[in-house]
Amino acid sequence: MINNVLIEMRDITKTFPGVVALDHAQLTLRKGEIHALMGENGAGKSTIIKCLTGVYERDSGEVHMEGVEGNIYNHSTMDAQNIGIATVYQEVNLCPNLSVAENLFIGREPKTKLGTVDWKTMNRKARKIMDDLDIPIDVTKTLDNYSLAIQQMIAIARAVDMDCRVLILDEPTSSLDDNEVEKLFKLMTDLKNKGVGILFVTHFLEQVYAVCDRITVMRNGTFVGDYSVQELPRVKLVAAMLGKDFDDLAAIKAEGHSSFSDEVVVEAEELSHKGTIKPFNFKIHKGEVVGVTGLLGSGRSEMVRCIYGADKPTGGKLSMHGKELKAKAPIDSIRAGMGYLPDDRKADGCIGELSVRENIILALQARNGVFKRIPIKEQNRIADEFIKMLQIKTASRETPINQLSGGNQQKVILARWLCTHPDFLILDEPTRGIDIGTKTEFQKLVLEFAKQGMSVIFISSEIEEMIRTCTRMCVMRDGQKVGEISSEEGAMTQQAVMGAIAGGEK
Amino acid sequence: MNKKVLDRLNGNTLLLVITICLFFFMYIIGCIVYSGKGFTHLQTFLNLLITNAGLICVASGMTCVMLCGGIDISVGSLVAMDCMILAYGMGKQNLPCIPLILMILVIGLIFGAVQGFLIGYMKIQPFIITMAGMFFARGMTAVICTDQISITDTTNKLFYTWANFKIQLPAFLGYINKKGKLQVPFIRISVIIALLVVAATFFLLKYTKFGRSLYAVGGNQTSAAMMGLDTRKIKMKAYILSSFLCSIGGICYCLNTMSGSVQQASGFEMDAIASSVIGGTLLTGGVGNVIGSFFGVMITGTITTLVNTNGKLLSSWANIATAALLCFFIILQSVFAYVKNRSK
Repeated sequence: MINNVLIEMRDITKTFPGVVALDHAQLTLRKGEIHALMGENGAGKSTIIKCLTGVYERDSGEVHMEGVEGNIYNHSTMDAQNIGIATVYQEVNLCPNLSVAENLFIGREPKTKLGTVDWKTMNRKARKIMDDLDIPIDVTKTLDNYSLAIQQMIAIARAVDMDCRVLILDEPTSSLDDNEVEKLFKLMTDLKNKGVGILFVTHFLEQVYAVCDRITVMRNGTFVGDYSVQELPRVKLVAAMLGKDFDDLAAIKAEGHSSFSDEVVVEAEELSHKGTIKPFNFKIHKGEVVGVTGLLGSGRSEMVRCIYGADKPTGGKLSMHGKELKAKAPIDSIRAGMGYLPDDRKADGCIGELSVRENIILALQARNGVFKRIPIKEQNRIADEFIKMLQIKTASRETPINQLSGGNQQKVILARWLCTHPDFLILDEPTRGIDIGTKTEFQKLVLEFAKQGMSVIFISSEIEEMIRTCTRMCVMRDGQKVGEISSEEGAMTQQAVMGAIAGGEK
Repeated sequence: MNKKVLDRLNGNTLLLVITICLFFFMYIIGCIVYSGKGFTHLQTFLNLLITNAGLICVASGMTCVMLCGGIDISVGSLVAMDCMILAYGMGKQNLPCIPLILMILVIGLIFGAVQGFLIGYMKIQPFIITMAGMFFARGMTAVICTDQISITDTTNKLFYTWANFKIQLPAFLGYINKKGKLQVPFIRISVIIALLVVAATFFLLKYTKFGRSLYAVGGNQTSAAMMGLDTRKIKMKAYILSSFLCSIGGICYCLNTMSGSVQQASGFEMDAIASSVIGGTLLTGGVGNVIGSFFGVMITGTITTLVNTNGKLLSSWANIATAALLCFFIILQSVFAYVKNRSK
């Protein structure tokens, strides 16, 4: 036996109707280490964590924890908390209607001598916690006043403050910026030095190599291996996750950007939306892939929402195929041949209770109108076609979409737009939170569509990804389009793009 | 107003302030328009409390349930059943009133526990379960007795004394009537009970772990569970509380009407919901306050009083006014939510 083992999970099996989510998986976490849990979407990372924290109950297998007798069965998050396992999930699990302080302390509020909630102490303690993290906010205000990133930090602060021995962070960094990630890493290192075992799930390879000590790799619900960071360089890690030799990204580059015709598909003149985006000009040709880049909040999403009509433009002119388009609502844009994959797939895209098939068919049906129902046979054909084409991992086309992993949900939403055969497709952060293998596939797909004559706007936080796929990039800063970089002059390099985003000063 | 005060006032607090202001505004309008008809007398205001004591208790319970995202439409029937048990027990069976009151409270607890168990643990829609509870309680009322039974001096001396007991306020608040006699304003026991219920509920919601858990569950049930709260137990407790406060409300109601009949308190549940909504409680849960609900009751009560004082208007105008107010408040809530989202 290895020393210092804090948690040992062995032979964990968990099945959902039609899917084996975990097949004899295992996980070992030691004291005072940061342990990365890696795998593609749908590899079972979240499932094994939820089996540990009591959100799911495992079908079989053993869980042991140092200092706790016997085989542990957590029936609820409360049970897990009681033995010192605290968790921060990818989605912020806090109550938007309560104050920041309450969110930090609910379920374990400080009490006065009479046993009532001691608001003064609670607010004071909360203020101290947030100050320690260098996040100066008003803790008495309700949570929904703050950005997602701050909410995520509050969730982490809550977990940390509970004197946990095991801290599980399930993709906590996907909504944080670099500065906040750094704060988080500092916090994690502090905890590690205090002997806390940290389980860290992330898709960012750099982050793994920046803070982690050990890596457990999972694939398709099974355990692949437990390695120390030193013995597993990036290439090997990716290979282990994918289970095959890594389909090199360079292959895409070699293919090059597809050529496009001179036919203008969408043109915006002085289009603007009051309060979010200043007037901008934009033009996209048939078969062209254009990137929109800029920092989070620079107006990237707002720009495409304005073109799509999700936010009704307050000024300017938008034309499609040379004809002026007066979109009052997204449905007009859909009818004109646009498609839009929003960045917040949870809130704007997926309808969780509906099946994969229904989610795919949604936009097509909406375009045709309610009264021209698509025959079920046709629906099945379309659904099957896209499940195959995009390699969506689902038990069947009738599986509710919320049983799918994040990356696969994203593919379903993509299929929704593809089946309407749009002339113009907007992809807002289509690759966020999905693993590197799927990302590559996504990029290939985008180029494939462009070749077939579709015009695509592609937004991503990863500049490299955009350089590989786009022919042109629009640079946004502070709600304004500040420039365009074209690949033709060979000017589209990471430095050039970063420079443009930063405003040429850095 | 400086910025800090405005900042504090955003959204939900502002709704409460609007409710309270609206109440006083309506009341002052009443005082001006109907000054000749005794609207300015303190007693008119106190009568508002006396008539609505039962509803105040019921609305307090309703607020708790609505805060955790639920609804309880069984309360009206439960009030009717409580009144019938009291009237039948005292009027027909000559039972003493104290055991009967205790019995009603216990019935409230059990009634709430059953509904709460089915909603919390069996995860059935609260609307369906409490609708079943509504039919059950109304049916049981008829099973006990289909007649209208009055409680009088002869049926139960003690209960009669309680009902007619006047708690007099200091004499200087009174006025001299036309006959030159000093009229001292008074309230009844039921008012004291109702105010205690509001105070207790306020305390419970603000200063106890259970109270805060209600807000958490109403805000986001999944998150509440993830943060280690036992959402099933919290929901069950909420329904127990609602039915219990409803039973107390039933006693207050009976002290006021001194009778029991099958059709009594019909539509009471809707009055309670309307009062909570006017008081700023969101139907989706997580936002609201019992003080708001109290003023919600007072506002609907004032509307009724205004219509009655006028004398010429059909009493149904009170319903129409309530409907208009409900729309007003719901639109207001949406506007606030919209503004909040835009400003983010």
